[in-house]
Amino acid sequence: MQADTATGKAVPKLVQPTKASKWAHTLNELKRNKHYYILMSPYMLIFFLFTVIPVVFSLGLSFFYFNMLEFPRFVGWQNYSRLFLNDDVFMIALKNTFMFAVITGPVSYIACFLFAWIINELSPKIRAIMTLIFYAPSISGNVFFIWLIVFSGDSYGYLNGFLIKYGFMLEPILWLTNEKYILPIVILVQLWLSLGTSFLAFIAGLQTIDQTLIEAGAVDGINNRWQELWFITLPSMRPQLLFGAVLQITGAFAVADISIALAGFPSVNYAAHTVVTHLMDYGSIRFEMGYASAIATVLFAIMLGTNMLTQKMLRKVGE
Amino acid sequence: MKMLAVLRTPKKLNRSFTVSFLLFALLALFGAFMALPLIYAVNNAFKPLDELFIFPPRLFVNNPTMDNFFDLVALMGNSWVPLTRYIANTVIITIVGTAGHILLASAAAYPLAKYRFLGAKTLFSIVVLSLMFSGHVTAIPNYMVMSWLGWINTHASIIVPSLAFPLGLFLMKQFMEQIPDALLEAAKIDGANEYRIYWSIVMPNVKPAWLTLMILQFPMLWGTDGGSFIYSENLKTLHYALGQITQGGIARAGVGAAVALILMVVPITLFIISQSSVIQTMATSGMKE
Repeated sequence: MQADTATGKAVPKLVQPTKASKWAHTLNELKRNKHYYILMSPYMLIFFLFTVIPVVFSLGLSFFYFNMLEFPRFVGWQNYSRLFLNDDVFMIALKNTFMFAVITGPVSYIACFLFAWIINELSPKIRAIMTLIFYAPSISGNVFFIWLIVFSGDSYGYLNGFLIKYGFMLEPILWLTNEKYILPIVILVQLWLSLGTSFLAFIAGLQTIDQTLIEAGAVDGINNRWQELWFITLPSMRPQLLFGAVLQITGAFAVADISIALAGFPSVNYAAHTVVTHLMDYGSIRFEMGYASAIATVLFAIMLGTNMLTQKMLRKVGE
Repeated sequence: MKMLAVLRTPKKLNRSFTVSFLLFALLALFGAFMALPLIYAVNNAFKPLDELFIFPPRLFVNNPTMDNFFDLVALMGNSWVPLTRYIANTVIITIVGTAGHILLASAAAYPLAKYRFLGAKTLFSIVVLSLMFSGHVTAIPNYMVMSWLGWINTHASIIVPSLAFPLGLFLMKQFMEQIPDALLEAAKIDGANEYRIYWSIVMPNVKPAWLTLMILQFPMLWGTDGGSFIYSENLKTLHYALGQITQGGIARAGVGAAVALILMVVPITLFIISQSSVIQTMATSGMKE
């Protein structure tokens, strides 16, 4: 094999200097590294089949009319123009989603960091307990139905019960069917659930900060904890901050399960309708696949854009 | 005030007492906000029926009882699909999905972390990029792929896609970069091939990362309700059964609380066991992009 590759490399180089040698070289490379490709193949096969190809397919499908029965019909930008010009419910969904994202995204991101930062100063045992308390909701197996009991509309609901008992009101409020309250409640529960992987990453990041940097900073004239935070702690954690931002942004824009579990689907007067529930509506109920794909594409574009913007901002931390 | 005593011995710089106090008050307040619903869920599972519907509602249980769990067992025997079936389905999905993910993600992470070859960079960038889209974007084409493969209404439709969870590969790759090259070189000189190196050298060295992948993957699968892929009642999961039971109304409220406790106790226990390894992995894997 060694001899083969040696000639295969040398001969075409003499005859045909550019193209063939490039091919031979590539082939040679592939052959030499074949074990690596074999090791990666099971993961990559599944990853491409269920993530990459669906995304590309969804992008393509957004230019078609497709109802799962007839053959797809090309309609160009029509799905998009309908989405932005003729779909009032989508506008509500878009507005709600941005409300969610603008509130839960930054708040949960800052909360993740702030709590990780405070917890990091505790003794190891208490640190472990506090980490557990803050992280537990996000892994507790989707038991956010607990909140259904808290916000239950009769006087057995916790919130109603307490408010009536202490005389704040006389009649129970139907929290989850009153347009005024639905969105704030879903935001609250989303915040409760959102201290997940990025929170752990921040705790980990804080533990790796070089103590000598902090001492050096003190010599260079850093004289309070806030300066230390901005000039030393945050820049040292930049990798974790970027990683956390990606996760929090994706989570903030993809709110749907909680909205459905708490407010129903569809919620009263679309008060908790989001881009994703709109996508589910057209995808799995009305079977307008092309239109649903256009919604998915818009969502993906928003997430990508926000992520790039955030990454740019985070690179300025500590400057 | 007690909380301040547990402060680590202060470093060079100190916050003022007021600021410290405010920060810890904040921590305590939000800690309560995070913990109360879970404490309530635990208490609820041990409440007798009259306490479940007391007015005004109480957080803590007065006369703890195991009745709800006994009722659950009784219900299990009577229902059309026994509850053990839901539990078995959930356990199968979770164990196969988590173990398979750790195996496949680390097999793919090893070459990406340790070698340079054609396409490696591109593939890894695609994985990182895919962290940015939510699963809902791919829901529709995924359904088509599933139906084309004939996997609708099988557990494979839940398990197989979860094997290629991008976050796991990302963290595993970053962690594997810590393994010294000399170790791999030595194994190569001793005549081990790549598969042997992966299995007997790399894998045992990344055990903390296994736990990290497990703690990320496990709750996701454990809490799955079968999504839009599974229709047969006897293939559904515990989370779905919980939904059915809680919809049963007042008579079943206690049983619902018992199922909820079972659902949440397992992932939380797992996290308690693996906490230090998980944080260690995230600390050492220097999440570069």
